[in-house]
Amino acid sequence: MWWRGKSKDKAKERLKLVLAYDRASLPPGLVEALKQDLLEVLKRYFPAHEEGLSVALEERGGRMVLVADIPLR
Amino acid sequence: MKARAIVVTSGKGGVGKTTTTANLGAGLAKLGEKVAVIDVDVGLRNLDVVMGLEGRVVFDLIDVLEGRARARQALIRDKRVENLYLLPASQTKDKEALDPERFRALVQHLLTEEGFDRVLIDSPAGIEKGFQTAATPAEGALVVVNPEVSSVRDADRIIGLLEAREIRENLLVINRLRPRMVAKGDMLSVEDVVEILGLKPIGIIPEDEGVLISTNQGEPLVLKGMGPAAQAFLDMARRIRGEEVPFKNLEASPGFLGVLRRLFGGG
Repeated sequence: MWWRGKSKDKAKERLKLVLAYDRASLPPGLVEALKQDLLEVLKRYFPAHEEGLSVALEERGGRMVLVADIPLR
Repeated sequence: MKARAIVVTSGKGGVGKTTTTANLGAGLAKLGEKVAVIDVDVGLRNLDVVMGLEGRVVFDLIDVLEGRARARQALIRDKRVENLYLLPASQTKDKEALDPERFRALVQHLLTEEGFDRVLIDSPAGIEKGFQTAATPAEGALVVVNPEVSSVRDADRIIGLLEAREIRENLLVINRLRPRMVAKGDMLSVEDVVEILGLKPIGIIPEDEGVLISTNQGEPLVLKGMGPAAQAFLDMARRIRGEEVPFKNLEASPGFLGVLRRLFGGG
């Protein structure tokens, strides 16, 4: 239906995320926990550091990589 | 496919492993290969009923592995097509009796001494010992997947396990595709599944009521005649033999001609 978008896109997006965890044998919630720890460490070095940190798994050339994007200002 | 010993697997149950094994076996036999289909799902035997051969089971796989029967005695010849044989699973014996190395030796024996061109192994669902045993003799695998999230996720897991076993010739059978839902964006397309799982498809089988009807009757669809799924299974058998067979255009809605074909051309 036009108001809910394509459900298969949602399926694909969810599958990609869950497979990233499956393939790397990671427990759920791991990346979120890491993100919280990283935020704490960053605050020590960059006290003025605010929001915007993103940590995510990405597939690159057949390998899973953990990508942290840390905007400094 | 170069592989002559092929495991048909999926991780998830109920996605069409047994139907695929039966129809592919029948299709390859129809094309002239001598084929053995082996049911490894000990305790949950089903390939015999799907093929309509349940009344002729005398010996089973475990009888052969434990030396109570020779392979040739236990193989049931399908009388409807030349060169198709079934080795049924045991329904009652302990599945611990299914020894992977003995099973490997049996499959080798069929290929090298009994003159079989191809052995198809119908794996049990799951990723445990039953699957591992079924995969032991395999040189290649057909991963049966339905275009939905749980099946795709389990297929991904199975592909990882196959690769860990150094089974390299792995191909997808995308089963129960509903072209109208794909066209509406409510079902993962073939391209989506291929992109996510990273394997090439060898068969794309549309959802088809004929599959259930043929299972009710105990006659593989491929032997009964035509219909979209029968055609797709036969095309898949040709591709496995190395023929270049283009995939039928299943993405578009069938339209008026398609409806006519379905009404008058079906088997």
